[in-house]
Formats: sequence, structure tokens, C-alpha cells
Amino acid sequence: MTETASTTTTAGQGVGESARRPDAVLKVTGEFAYASDLWLDGMVWGVTLRSPHPSAWIRSIDVGPALKIDGVLAVLTHEDVPGVKFFGLDRRDQPVLAIDQVRYQGEPVALVAADHPETARRAAAAIVVDYEVRAAVTDPRQATDVVRHQPVRRGDTFEAEVVVTGEYEVGMQDQAFLGPESGLAVPAEDGGVDLYIATQWLHVDRDQLAPCLGLPHDKVRLTLSGVGGAFGAREDLSMQVHACMLALRLNRPVKIVYGREESFFGHVHRHPALMRYEHGATRDGRLVYVKADILLDGGAYCSSSPAVVGNAASLGVGPYEVPNVRVDATGVYTNNPPCGAMRGFGAVQACYAYESQMDRLAEACGLSPVEIRVRNAVSQGSRLITGQLIDAPAPLAGMLRDLESMPLPEGPPATDLRALPGGVSQTTRGEAVRRGVGYGVGIKNICFSEGFDDYSTARVRAELVGGEPHVTVHTAAAEVGQGLVTLQAQIARTELGIANVTVATADTAVGSAGSSSASRQSYVTGGAVRAACEAVRKRFDGLPAREALERFGPIEETREYRHRPTYPMDPVTGQGDSHTQLALCVHRAVVDVDVELGLVKVVELAAVQDVGRVLNPQALEGQIHGGSAQGLGLALMEEIQVRDGLVLNPSFTDYLIPTILDMPPMQTKILENPDPAAPYGLRGAGEPPTLSSTPAIAAAVRAATGLRLTRVPIRPEDIALFNNGEVSDGKRT
Amino acid sequence: MRVNGAAESLDVEPWVSLLDALRDRLGVTGPKKGCDQGACGACTVLADGVRINACLALAVQYDGKEITTIEGLATGDDLHPLQAAFIRHDGLQCGYCTPGQICSAVAMLAEHRAGMPSAVTERSGELDEAEIRERMSGNLCRCGAYNGIVDAIKDVAGQEAR
Repeated sequence: MTETASTTTTAGQGVGESARRPDAVLKVTGEFAYASDLWLDGMVWGVTLRSPHPSAWIRSIDVGPALKIDGVLAVLTHEDVPGVKFFGLDRRDQPVLAIDQVRYQGEPVALVAADHPETARRAAAAIVVDYEVRAAVTDPRQATDVVRHQPVRRGDTFEAEVVVTGEYEVGMQDQAFLGPESGLAVPAEDGGVDLYIATQWLHVDRDQLAPCLGLPHDKVRLTLSGVGGAFGAREDLSMQVHACMLALRLNRPVKIVYGREESFFGHVHRHPALMRYEHGATRDGRLVYVKADILLDGGAYCSSSPAVVGNAASLGVGPYEVPNVRVDATGVYTNNPPCGAMRGFGAVQACYAYESQMDRLAEACGLSPVEIRVRNAVSQGSRLITGQLIDAPAPLAGMLRDLESMPLPEGPPATDLRALPGGVSQTTRGEAVRRGVGYGVGIKNICFSEGFDDYSTARVRAELVGGEPHVTVHTAAAEVGQGLVTLQAQIARTELGIANVTVATADTAVGSAGSSSASRQSYVTGGAVRAACEAVRKRFDGLPAREALERFGPIEETREYRHRPTYPMDPVTGQGDSHTQLALCVHRAVVDVDVELGLVKVVELAAVQDVGRVLNPQALEGQIHGGSAQGLGLALMEEIQVRDGLVLNPSFTDYLIPTILDMPPMQTKILENPDPAAPYGLRGAGEPPTLSSTPAIAAAVRAATGLRLTRVPIRPEDIALFNNGEVSDGKRT
Repeated sequence: MRVNGAAESLDVEPWVSLLDALRDRLGVTGPKKGCDQGACGACTVLADGVRINACLALAVQYDGKEITTIEGLATGDDLHPLQAAFIRHDGLQCGYCTPGQICSAVAMLAEHRAGMPSAVTERSGELDEAEIRERMSGNLCRCGAYNGIVDAIKDVAGQEAR
């Protein structure tokens, strides 16, 4: 078994330093074992047959032709699911394998195991499914099945001197991690199963898996294998139940690896959104009211749509003081691909719309984009539209002033093709290149919200190994590239003063750590590791580590950590303290746009973020760059194109993500205004830059083109076809 | 063929890609399958020192050739300078693209040393940031560690120039 995730470091680097990733050497030498690299002698391969239709009845499934193929070991349908036939993060509404009907293109219908992946693929293609295609609901405006509707109501004044309205659209973004879904299920002698898997949350996987397999929880054991990126797409189950079903049926190890195309069908995406906003303000630019309708397409199954809707509602007007509010956020079921978690989780879509509105308001009031935001910025002591008090520092106005004062890059290039939009494939001499500058502000909740019992568990063991003090930290928290294993070791070094720290492979042998999402692991698992370390240190009885361990022997403590509780939103008014921590990021984007060709080059991004306390400067920089890059992708290129429920571009040649040429240099300024409620005063940092970069880039493109551009991603034709010297609304006719 | 210095003898069907031969037949799993169609660069390996997408190459084409993967770059416990620089500049997060990035960078520096121009090369021939970005644009990184990758490559190119 290839298993290399266990990690030891001896560098004496604690909290606040750019400690090296303990898995870095394995990752640069190719030895780090990702889920797709796992191998066991005697293992066989599983393949999934998926629906080609977005909506159909299944009249019959004939597995006979597949079973006749040499090398095929099993073909399973929903009839073979040993236990509960449904799973889901929020509601168990998604069938393990389709039962009598399919509700989206790509829905799993049958499974094949064979001794070779190609044989399994051929066999899956040989299964005969008789579909009766039916009408699909693919326009969320026509959908009648509501996942959640969350209003927010505050105040009753909806008249103002200056009113701006706008309709906005956000396309369906994909997480597009580079390491496709993969897992290896190994049957155990006790009748249970061990699953080695790339996931974000081992315990919630197990909570969904065990009932489907008809097994008690203790017979379903999960171990995290190497994760090739996540960004929300691994929060839902993909092949977990399928691999375990096949392994238990065959009593052999079964590996399933998705290809790139299958990966696009194998996980949830970011909800596309249709939004209508109306902002009212005084003539000097102070917000009087905001009305917003936010419609989110949840696709065929629930996934985490209810929580996404909650975020869209509670954060729907941004970090601004607004006394009167009517927000309605609605998620609906359609026959489009299911949507769920992606970095920024429900706050991204609204952020694009409300920031676009703030720019329109600035224009209407004759103010600069920075000034309109400063005049309405929240600060410590402000209330969100849900009535929740912002009790930690929130220095938004100062952040905007800092951003504005950062030096701007040099003016647009004259003739150097290399620097022009489109690069060396430019067909002009750059006569139509215009520069634009735009600003964006985002606010994101950190940790799970709305009353969720959000906690993490850490087991810390100190002992002498070869006469030297040594610490082992064991949690179930998923390292997905964010550097959590680095931070866990830093905390142990700082709290125990012991340099040698091993972070054990994450598995379900220890209590839940919750999900690696919502920018929450530094806070919650960091808090749990610190608490367990403090408990160990207490048992040192004031002695130095070595003496204590010599006298008392190995010391082990396990602790759970919870952040301050949150509360549900009122179903009618949306009022309630639904979040535990809020994080701000602001971006300035500088772009060059060829207004004739519709090509955009982002020249520079600048960001100011308040992280409370810097735990690892280098890793933090990486999070800000990465979040900004994904926001850039949403602004300019990333969209799963769905027509009549069918995905048109499930590949990296047609679904474009930013390359190294698209990613501009960045200036960053980090503020450290501690949150007294959080461990070390920290504030979650991974998501906020994903929010604010998108509207900043869109605003910069508007500034360069004079177009209204009410949709992201902005496509070349949105610019080129509407820029014949006249300002249009940038919409297609 | 030789893989990372060791002679390997394989019987493969003519349609087996070099990537599948390495990963599934030889257990060399450093090169990654990110897209299997030459779009992401995670499978980049060196064939007689030239960078190729192993997913777009047929194994039989490389009969008798020297294949170097990420596993073949370090000398014992001594990391290749680019491997060390990627760690120093944090040019990775999840690390899935890293084997391809580093192999690509190794060959890219050799190409530049050999005087091979890129689409953006001007007369000076200096390996500036624009050159590095252009020459590395076939390797995707979804975590967005690009600026760290540029810094790592600049660092090593600078060491070589000294």
C-alpha cells in the first residue's frame, strides 16, 4: 500500500513564522500519494455509468451484455444498494444509483467492476438502459420546486433621492481541482470496509456512507489520502458509496478514479445566479435602502443549497450600513447539474451584484468608487442586515484608503505585444487598448453558521522518542493544499516548546474535525490542537518538557473545540446572529482591454485583507493569490456552459481556468486586528479574496470600456460586439 | 526504455500512453493524470531531456529513449535546485501540478540556455518574468501558486547565471 501522508518535521518554527510544509518534500519529489496513486495487489477497477439525459424515466436496465464481457466481475444497480438508497449533505434526497428516473445529465445509474479500467468502461457502455426522455426544467425562473427561500426584512423606508437598479447574472463556475475524484475501498475481515479517499470531511462522508452500506459506523473507516485540491467540490460524496459497494460485493479492493470529463459530472458546482438589485441613497451617497432578489439554481439535488441561500441572504448587501432592507434569496431545484459548495459559498454571487451597484451609485452621486464605499462602510459596532452586531474589528474604510494609496502600475503599453491583451497572438498594434481601474469589497462568514454544531477534535501525545521529546498531533482534518498540516505542527511547537512534531494521517479513528471549508480549519481545528496542547502542558506540572516526560511517561490528551454558537435566521425577517466571525477583503484591479477585440489582460491586482493574526505569512500569501486567481477566473473566463440541461464544455480545453500568463503580479497588505473570540485572534483567510477580486476586475473592465457588463464571466463578445463607439448595456440581444 | 536511469523492459499494446505505462505498469506515479488530453501539463516528463505531455505520447514511441520523471530529478537526498526553490518560494499548495511544473521548468531552463526562443522572446534573450510566464503557460495550477512558481524559477535561473 502506498501511504506517505504521515509527516515529521524538526524545524523550530512556530505560530507566526513561514514554517515549511511538512509534506513539501514529498510533493516536489513525486512521492506524495494522492488518492489516484493508491495501489493494492489484487485490486480491481470500478466505473460508473451515467445518464446522458437531464430528465428521463428509466423503463429498464439490462446488465446482461456487460456481464458477458471477459474480465467483468460485477454490475450493480440501485437494487444492489445494501442499505438506505439515498444520501445528501443537508437532505438525503440523492439516490446512490438512479431509481426509476434520472434528474440531471451525469447522474450515476449503474456500476461496473472489472480487472482492467478499459474493460470496465467497455462493459459500462454495453449496459442497455431504456430511457423515456421527459421535459426538463432548466430555467430557474420557471422552477417551482424551492429548496429554500430566505427573506431579510429591516426598516420600512424604500424611497430615496437617488435610486439605481440593475439586473445581474453569474455563470456556473467549477472548482476544477487538478486531481480528479478518486478512492480505494478495501473490504475488512470484520465485514466492514476501509476507504482511502480524497475528501474535505471524513466524518460527514462516513455519516452518509454507513447507512447506505447498511453497516454500523465503526465498521466504516475512512483515511485521508493525498488531496489534489478541493475548493468545495469534495464536500459532497462522489464515488465513496460506489467503491465500498463494489468492494463489499466482491470482497476485493476496488479503486475508482474519475477522468477529467467525468469529474465535471461527478461533483457539484457553484450556483449560477440571477439577481435584481435596487439601491436607494441620499444625494451625498449614503445608503437609505437596498432591495434584492437573488435566485440561485441548485440543480437536481439539494447538496448544501440551503446554507448557500442563507449566506446569499445574510451577506446580500455587503459590508455596508443599510437601515432599510428587503432581500429575498431563493434556491430552486432544476434539471441542471447539482450545485453546492465552492470557495466563497453563497457570498460570491451577491458580492458581484452589490459591488456593481455601488459603482453605479457612485456614478449617480458623482463620487469615486472608493468614496461611496467609505461613506457606507461597516465598522466595529455596526450591525449586519440580520441585526447581528459586528463585535470584532472591521476597519473597512481604512482598508479602502490603504488600497487607494498603493502605487498604480505604469501606464498602458505602447506597442510591446507581449504586454497587450491577447499577448503575442494580438492581431493589432494595440490602437484600441484602454486601461481601467476598479475596486471590489467582500465580506465572508468564517466557520459554519445558522446554529450548526461546528467543532473539531484533536488528540495530542507527547513522549520521548530516542530520548528526545516528540509530539504527535492527530485530527481528522483534511489537508487539501491550504497548509493545515503545517499549522498544526506550528501550534504544537509554540504551545509545547517541542521542535519535533509529527502530524498523523487524518482518519476517522479520532473525532470529527468538521469540514475543510468555510475558511474554518485554522480557527476550529487550530483551536482544538491548541486546547489539547494546553491540556498536555498542564500535565507537565510546570516542569520542562523533557523532565516531565521522563518523570510521567507519555502524556496524551484529546480535546474538542467549538467556536461561539450561532443561531438560525428568522424565517420571515431573516434576523438573527447567524454567523460567528466575519472577514473582509478589498481588491483593486488594473486591466488593459482591447475594446475592439474584446480581450482583457489583468495588469495587476492589489488586495488588503484583515486576518486578525498572521499564523504563517507565506501560506497566507498563497491563499490570497489563489483566491484572487479563482475570482479572476469567474470574472473573465470560467463558466460551465449548460444548454437545455446538457453540459457543453466538460474539459480543460473548453472550460478555461487562469494560466500563469493570466495571473498578474499582486500587491498585498495584511492587517492584524485580532478577533478576541478566536484562537490567537485569527480570522479565516482562504475565501474572502475569492469574493472581492471578481467585482474589482469587472469594474475595471467597465471603466476601460464604458459598458455596463452585467454578467460574469465577461466574454469577448460582450465587449467587442457592443463597443462601436457607443455605450450600451453590454447585454446580448 | 530507461526510466530515471533504470532499464525497463515492457510489452505494451500500441495504444497505451506513456503516462499509463509509467503509472500503471511501472508504478511511477509522480507524473499525474489531470486531464489526459494535454491541456493541464500535470503529466509533463522529460524524454531525452525534452519536456512532453506523457498523456499525449504513446509508450511504444519511446522505445530505447531516456525518460526522466519527477522521481528522477533529485540526487539521493539532495533535491534538484528547482525542487528546493519550489519549497522555498511556496510554489505549490495541493501539489498535484507540481511534478509537471518542475519537470517543465527543468526543460524550460535548458531550452533557454540552448538559445531556443519563445513566442515572446526579444533580442536581449534575458529570462525575464514575461519569458518565464510564456514558457510555463502549458502547466495549469488551480491553487493559484503561480507567482511563487515564477519566483522559484527566477531564483534558480539567477543562480545559474551567476
